[in-house]
Amino acid sequence: MADLAAAPPRASHGWSIGWGDAGPFLALAALVLIGFLINPDFLSANNIANVVTRSAFIAIIAIGATFVIASGGLDLSVGSMAAFITGVTILFMNWAAPSVGTAAIPLGMAVALVTGLACGLLNGTIVTLGRIEPFIATLGTMGIFRALITYMTDGGTVAIDRSLREAYRPVYFGDVLGVPIPILVSLAVALIAAYVLYRTRYGRRCVAVGANEDVARYSGISVARVRTLAFVIQGACVAIAAICYVPRLGAATPTTGVLWELQVITAVVIGGTALRGGRGRVWGTVAGAVILEFIANLMVLSDFVSEYLVAAVQGVIIIIAMLIQRMSKR
Amino acid sequence: MTAAPLTRAPAETAAAPVLRAEHLAKEFSGVRVLSDVSLDLRAGEIHAVIGENGAGKSTLMRLLSGYLKPSEGTLFLDGAPVAFHAPKEAQAAGIALVHQEILLADALTVTENIFIGREIARFGRLDERAMRAAAAAQLAEIGCKVSPTALVRDISLANRQLVQIAKALLGTQRVVIFDEPTAVLTHDEVDPLLDIIAELRARGVAILYISHRLDEVERLADRVTVLRDGRMVGTYDAKGLTPQRMASLMVGREFASLYPARQDPARLAGADAAPALEIENAHVPGFVRDVSLSLREGEILGLAGMIGAGRTELFEGLLGLRPATFGAVRLHGEPVHFHSPAQAAARGVGYLTEDRKGKGLLLDEKLAPNLTLAALDRVHPAGGLDLAGEARLLDRAVAGYDIRLRSREAKAGQLSGGNQQKLLLAKVMLNEPTVLIIDEPTRGIDIANKSQIYAFIQSLVREGRSCIVISSEMQELIGLCDRILVMRAGRINGELAGAAMTESNVALCATSSAANEQSLGGP
Repeated sequence: MADLAAAPPRASHGWSIGWGDAGPFLALAALVLIGFLINPDFLSANNIANVVTRSAFIAIIAIGATFVIASGGLDLSVGSMAAFITGVTILFMNWAAPSVGTAAIPLGMAVALVTGLACGLLNGTIVTLGRIEPFIATLGTMGIFRALITYMTDGGTVAIDRSLREAYRPVYFGDVLGVPIPILVSLAVALIAAYVLYRTRYGRRCVAVGANEDVARYSGISVARVRTLAFVIQGACVAIAAICYVPRLGAATPTTGVLWELQVITAVVIGGTALRGGRGRVWGTVAGAVILEFIANLMVLSDFVSEYLVAAVQGVIIIIAMLIQRMSKR
Repeated sequence: MTAAPLTRAPAETAAAPVLRAEHLAKEFSGVRVLSDVSLDLRAGEIHAVIGENGAGKSTLMRLLSGYLKPSEGTLFLDGAPVAFHAPKEAQAAGIALVHQEILLADALTVTENIFIGREIARFGRLDERAMRAAAAAQLAEIGCKVSPTALVRDISLANRQLVQIAKALLGTQRVVIFDEPTAVLTHDEVDPLLDIIAELRARGVAILYISHRLDEVERLADRVTVLRDGRMVGTYDAKGLTPQRMASLMVGREFASLYPARQDPARLAGADAAPALEIENAHVPGFVRDVSLSLREGEILGLAGMIGAGRTELFEGLLGLRPATFGAVRLHGEPVHFHSPAQAAARGVGYLTEDRKGKGLLLDEKLAPNLTLAALDRVHPAGGLDLAGEARLLDRAVAGYDIRLRSREAKAGQLSGGNQQKLLLAKVMLNEPTVLIIDEPTRGIDIANKSQIYAFIQSLVREGRSCIVISSEMQELIGLCDRILVMRAGRINGELAGAAMTESNVALCATSSAANEQSLGGP
């Protein structure tokens, strides 16, 4: 006993990655290698930058989903929410542009963030105060957000005002020292998220609530507050993703963000976060999002599988990831 | 072996063994959990197997009932060697296992549970009537009065245990293995169950009885096999084997007393000591009716009663974990009202749940996060976590509470029950409570750890804290507490102190509506 008690205090993991957590990164490396073998163009700096930039939206949203899922929840509404926030933001910018000019862009970003926080809070309170299963609650809001964007666009598209287009463009297409801005944004979000999840009291509580709600309750943790906050974090992440997304498409449509929830949940699960809660892996989630985009890119670059089957492949991946989680649990 | 020689059971007796095990051994991925165990089960005999947690009792039981295959050794059924590849084969041979946990489907009826997996069907259609009749007959045989059509969720815990036994006994049974059948039962639910087991013996069934409760073993067993660290200490004739003796054999050393020396009664100064916690007119809907109690400074107050008497619910209500109303609650004389365990902890009231696996610890989480979970604000006052400081706290807890672990990186679920309980105690103590409520402090843990936990409780009180101990083990309360309140059906039914703290008085108060403080109270 004495020797154990005298052992120097060792920081537990957090940033460090154990063998069990290395899975998504090994998979990513294997995928890059396979991609190179299939088509050497795959490894061109241009293609890599493109793919990673495109994965940024899913990565940012999936980082938020990591909190929700680690705390034992699930948010199916993220895709519709992204579309809804995009719509609100564009409508606001277009309305404000004539009077304030390009200042409409930062104002619009603020509106997006507030809308995202509000949407997350709505999901969170329905789940916690309403005591409704997250699956059902967010299935409901998924329908609501989707209908609202369809209503706002009148079934068509709402394009961003021409006067704003040029000024807003760099948020997606710009770069700092050669690194595209969406990549920088998602890295920043991941850094903050990893700190919050691994190095703050909230992170501990979030994982504890997901691991065992009763233990958390008996330990004096407000389960409802922790869960709600996870949904709010999710809302903020969706808003940040939407802000980056607006210049890429330049418009909101009723089909914006369709099936994103599938990609998001897949990214989280292949990243090593436990779908039943109690374990969250922020960097794994980021790797998961990149993996998904790489696979889609490979399908385009190679001629093996039609790119129309991308969602099918993602569906297969999430099922395989779950099977691996189940087996490694044994 | 320091133990004095005991009467070895005679090698030959009248009854031939039904099931015999020779030199059984079991390894799990290279780790030997059981080696060289030989024993036999005879018709019309109760053979008890005792040992501390981890002694190999469950492994032995699983080997005998086909859940595990032995790495070495042979089983003989009626003298012929057999090997079971699945529990079904053992069942077919007439060997039934009654599990420790209640493994019944709540939403199904008693009959459906008894026949689950072996339903009677005619031409593919379920024969409900035949199953109901067979279930009723089986239940009647063991004296269980539950209706075969009742839903399991609607029947009491004791009756669920009986249904589980009826399920195991269905068909012709020659050997029945009971794995701690009384672990989930309270004192007066135990007696009828022991009678049923004795009745099975009278009918010529060979019974293997595994239990932590040595008094039951003394009362019931014909022979006793003691396991320690996966090895056999020996098989003994139960006659003249006292619980004390059994404990010594299990642990491998003599036991003077399980309980620490009692406090000086003068120090408590009887009713003069200031109250640490006063609860007046507590109501917890469905569980507690109009309960008032007072815990004195420096006192260990016991709360006895049956499961369902409302003891746990009273304190869950106090901490805001379930709806409750109070006439008044005073802590060290000041009125308080808690909405959550966090508020209670902030005021110095700590509660150790009875369900350490379900409500106490995160089993898949490492030790340090478990230790600090209830005291995050205290341990990490700044926004970020101080992991080095947390590691030092774990060191201190490991040393202070003698938590035995293989590795610092172990998960809480990998600790033994006793060490989990010590970790839970350390977790609650991080908030430095002045009033500590411990619900079932030693449930399911071995004797050595029990004795340590009692010593910890005693020393916490010596430091000036006050303690309420809720327990279903009467001996524990009598050995540890300065005073015992007995609850029955949501009310306090009696108060015992000094010489009046006897098992029979506690049992009387716990079951009889006539008991009251006047007739039993006072030393």
